[in-house]
Amino acid sequence: MLTAADIATLWLTFKVASLATVLMLFIGTPLAWWLSRTNSRWKGICNALVALPLVLPPTVLGFYLLVIMGPRGPIGQLTSELGWGTLPFTFTGLVVASVLYSLPFVVQPLQASFAAIGAQPLEAAATLRAGPLDTFFHVVIPLAKPGFMTAAILGFAHTVGEFGVVLMVGGNIPDRTRVVSVQIYNHVEALEYTQAHWLAGGLLVFSFSVLLVLYSTLKTHPIAHQLK
Amino acid sequence: MTTPIIARFLLNYAAFELSVDLCLPGSGVSVLFGHSGSGKTSLLRCIAGLQQAGQGFLQINGKIWQDSESGIFIPTHKRSLGYVFQEANLFPHLTVKDNLLFGLKRIGKSTNDLSHILDLLGIAHLLGRMPDRLSGGERQRVAIARALALNPEILLMDEPLAALDFKRKQEILPFLVRLHQELNIPVLYVTHSQQEVAQLADHLVIMNEGKSLASGPLSDTLSRLDLTLAHEGDAATVWQTQVVGHEAEYHLTKVAFTGGVLSLPSLLLAIGTPVRVQIYARDVSITLQAPIATSILNVLSATITGIADADSGQNVVRLQVGTHPLLAHITHKSTVLLGLKIGMLVYVQIKATSILN
Repeated sequence: MLTAADIATLWLTFKVASLATVLMLFIGTPLAWWLSRTNSRWKGICNALVALPLVLPPTVLGFYLLVIMGPRGPIGQLTSELGWGTLPFTFTGLVVASVLYSLPFVVQPLQASFAAIGAQPLEAAATLRAGPLDTFFHVVIPLAKPGFMTAAILGFAHTVGEFGVVLMVGGNIPDRTRVVSVQIYNHVEALEYTQAHWLAGGLLVFSFSVLLVLYSTLKTHPIAHQLK
Repeated sequence: MTTPIIARFLLNYAAFELSVDLCLPGSGVSVLFGHSGSGKTSLLRCIAGLQQAGQGFLQINGKIWQDSESGIFIPTHKRSLGYVFQEANLFPHLTVKDNLLFGLKRIGKSTNDLSHILDLLGIAHLLGRMPDRLSGGERQRVAIARALALNPEILLMDEPLAALDFKRKQEILPFLVRLHQELNIPVLYVTHSQQEVAQLADHLVIMNEGKSLASGPLSDTLSRLDLTLAHEGDAATVWQTQVVGHEAEYHLTKVAFTGGVLSLPSLLLAIGTPVRVQIYARDVSITLQAPIATSILNVLSATITGIADADSGQNVVRLQVGTHPLLAHITHKSTVLLGLKIGMLVYVQIKATSILN
């Protein structure tokens, strides 16, 4: 069965993924809105940057984050001067890395559902005296609800499943950065296959259930929706 | 006394330019008429502020909504307007009732004054429904009610019937005609349908390639010989008349206008009711003397005010009956044989009329 250490990794994973999901929704919503509406020449670059973690090996992303957040990196120097210390090998650093790593899974469904709304409801709202923010909260968000559901679920599930970035940026510190995926690796290294089975099997069931719920409740295919 | 609407816009796209300078009446229905691509919808969108013309001046009900010279551009949501889109454009996540209340909540008005609008458009029984459970015609009626609920200073309608099939159009038109009679705000109505022009317009603006070719009272514009409308096979003029009596034994109703009295097929309307009558140019013939014995009931005296050549031996003759203009399509041979000239007093025989309300 699960040991106390295993349960601690599960709890930590849940905390990282929840916090990262909330942050991604806050960052991803305005970003996705801007990307879905703009004709700016920065749109292409921005889209490419957001999508980068989809194709980049997690170790590459983790490596660069380690460098820029480390004591000699620009972010590291900034955080040191602010008295926060450096972020690598901390819970905060892990959350920051997770946000960057899973952001496309939040931005893309949101962007697709914002684009699908089109200009018409926004124009109707404007002719009915609703200002831009009012329109966003009372027309766009309700209409994009399936997009928000997809974004939150994919963002959370993808953060739970990360390994490479975590190992590079977070390391393997119990109760601070040791998440489930790392713990499975530890068990396998130590030839504790029974323990590994419990956690791995648990993640498998979790991921499958999440996707099952997602695909069977949403009318449109979430990934097809993204690609549209 | 109502203040006129002043709208001047210059808008440039790659392959399209909108360049208008219009002064429209501050009451009644002004129809913007033209083919697709003529700029009529762009003009309406500029008036609503949904599109911003680089150079523009717009004054509605004495208020300036845009003046590019002094950098004034009031955003759409701060303009007191109602807008009806071609597609009803109801919010799919709200019930009919909440759609109607959407704008009202934002101007802080109570809901009591809705009942009249609900009656006018016949939608009181739909309040609890979601938009996807409405027919196309019902959706459009709700959209019109939603725009009117705000009690705006101007109502803008962008081809509100174009997306509907013939049956639905016939279902909505009577509501629009009623609106026309009851509203005291100016309405700008975009359409490419001559039927809607005849039924609804008081003032007609003809748009072509981003410019307004003509702008004037309906009958004056319809009967202008320098425009193609007067030359088309279904050219017609529209007269505003009033019921003055009935001849029950002949199933006829008499309506009066400034140039005399017309007999129409029996109408179940009270004396004094306004009636719009459409007269096609092909149904009008001209005689020099008052016909003594004719089966045609509607014979009126008229003055010729213009004669234009049309295709293949036809002439378009413009006449004045009282204060109302009238068009007649006759052969060129008849014009020559009768010696028709501008200023001549003649008699017109009207073979058929259609009643528009």
